[in-house]
Amino acid sequence: MDIQSIRSQFPILAEKIHGKPLVYFDNGATTQKPLSVIQRISDYYSKENANIHRGVHTLSQEATTAYENARNTIQKHIGAKENYEVLFTKGTTDGINLVAFSFGELLNAGDEIIISAMEHHSNIVPWQMLCERKGCKLRVIPMNEKGELELDQFDKLLSDKTKLVAVTHISNSLGTVNDVKYIIEKAHAIGAKVLIDGAQSIQHIQVNVQELDCDFYVFSGHKLFGPTGIGVLYGKEEILNQMPPYQGGGDMIKEVTFEKTTYNVLPHKFEAGTPNIAGGIGLGAAFEFLNSLDMKEVLKHEQELLDYATAELTKIEGIKFYGEAKEKTSVISFLIDGLHPYDVGTLLDKMGIAVRTGHHCTQPIMDQFCIPGTIRASFALYNTKEEIDVFIAALNRIIPMLKD
Amino acid sequence: MSIKEKEQEIIDEFALYDDWMDKYEYIIELGKDLPLIEAQYKTKDRLIKGCQSQVWLHADCKDNKMKFSADSDAIITKGIIALLIRVVNDESPADVATSEFKFIKEIGLQEHLSPTRSNGLVSMVKDMKLNALKAVK
Repeated sequence: MDIQSIRSQFPILAEKIHGKPLVYFDNGATTQKPLSVIQRISDYYSKENANIHRGVHTLSQEATTAYENARNTIQKHIGAKENYEVLFTKGTTDGINLVAFSFGELLNAGDEIIISAMEHHSNIVPWQMLCERKGCKLRVIPMNEKGELELDQFDKLLSDKTKLVAVTHISNSLGTVNDVKYIIEKAHAIGAKVLIDGAQSIQHIQVNVQELDCDFYVFSGHKLFGPTGIGVLYGKEEILNQMPPYQGGGDMIKEVTFEKTTYNVLPHKFEAGTPNIAGGIGLGAAFEFLNSLDMKEVLKHEQELLDYATAELTKIEGIKFYGEAKEKTSVISFLIDGLHPYDVGTLLDKMGIAVRTGHHCTQPIMDQFCIPGTIRASFALYNTKEEIDVFIAALNRIIPMLKD
Repeated sequence: MSIKEKEQEIIDEFALYDDWMDKYEYIIELGKDLPLIEAQYKTKDRLIKGCQSQVWLHADCKDNKMKFSADSDAIITKGIIALLIRVVNDESPADVATSEFKFIKEIGLQEHLSPTRSNGLVSMVKDMKLNALKAVK
């Protein structure tokens, strides 16, 4: 894989921050966008803009075709059986809220939902709201000191009361890759459905929803080189058809009278209102960018970055890593003895290096480790070993400044 | 020295540094000289919890002069608090309540006072002013 040629497709990587070349290690928060995605969005607004699914005029039909083609591209990439099982959302959070509401309507008091100790707040709070609304109970799969789920405890949590298991594929704070295949099999064995939070997955690994056999899979466009404000909820047709709509409005109806409204078919039933058309088309372009890569090569490169950065960071006195799972992707969370993440992050920024500091929207994880937050470097396919060298040199300059 | 004069003094001090790292080296030094909050005041009700860093603030008023002491778990936050306190300490409550801390922008540190930064500093400035308002006679 030619990293320099990939880098040249991302204009922002040539930017300078405070006069220093940008080193972007905050890919877990959002990834940068390749020219093809930027150009696609610009082209849409320059040449194709119209509302979709409605007009008989040429532009409307072209826009509709482009939007639906994007859906097809995504369907093929994630291996969904039908294109209408791919629902456009605002992002991961929106997708989870949709399921928590609509699938939640099928649940009854006393039903149980299982999540894990390493979930993002987005995969905790919607379920808590559902539990309050419906009188359901939330159970949590515990996590060990290395940041791995205790799956034997998961087995014990499963019962005939379990209706849904919602877990993250890859942890945004710790980088842990969960054995979702095992979780899905076990949950299905007792008749529960499974939602996988894939916000941190598709940009790193090839995902096939039919092979996984998950019932729902959610992700955001902006974390996989696409635009913000667009994401996908994949759901199995049979379950989506059982679920009532989430929001009412245009596009999601078949017939409206003041007495009774009937709902449209999938995917429109869950896509009320004029959608984020440019976002959907831009996301299609992001998937085409992913399709142009060999994902095995991407994973290999990112694994090398992770191993190299881990080895170099280990040389720093007083460093402690959070998340040392056996199966791990390109996220490194750490603290340096006596140094506050806010101070480290502020100084790194002045040297052109973007990392994330704080609790990463996973406060329960921080509580378990009894820390206020971490410094997180998260890599993407365009990062290099040279950038890691810059990062390590910067840390070595910062540490004596901050230590008494 | 008036609040304005003290602000100008800080602006002049920071004008000496053209490199960011030198600037922050100085802020870190200032953080070490912050009038530290006494342990007895480091209580939950004086804690301002930010997403990124935490701040404790104690305010007092004697002879119509405000006295602040504070602490933070992050040293850069501490340094910025030291600057803020240096400007308003020993000033009248009325002057503190109307102080706008514009010098922070002049020395290029406004990002630390941005509400989205969530380091506790925005709330701390608000608390400083509220305490001053309470003390206005």
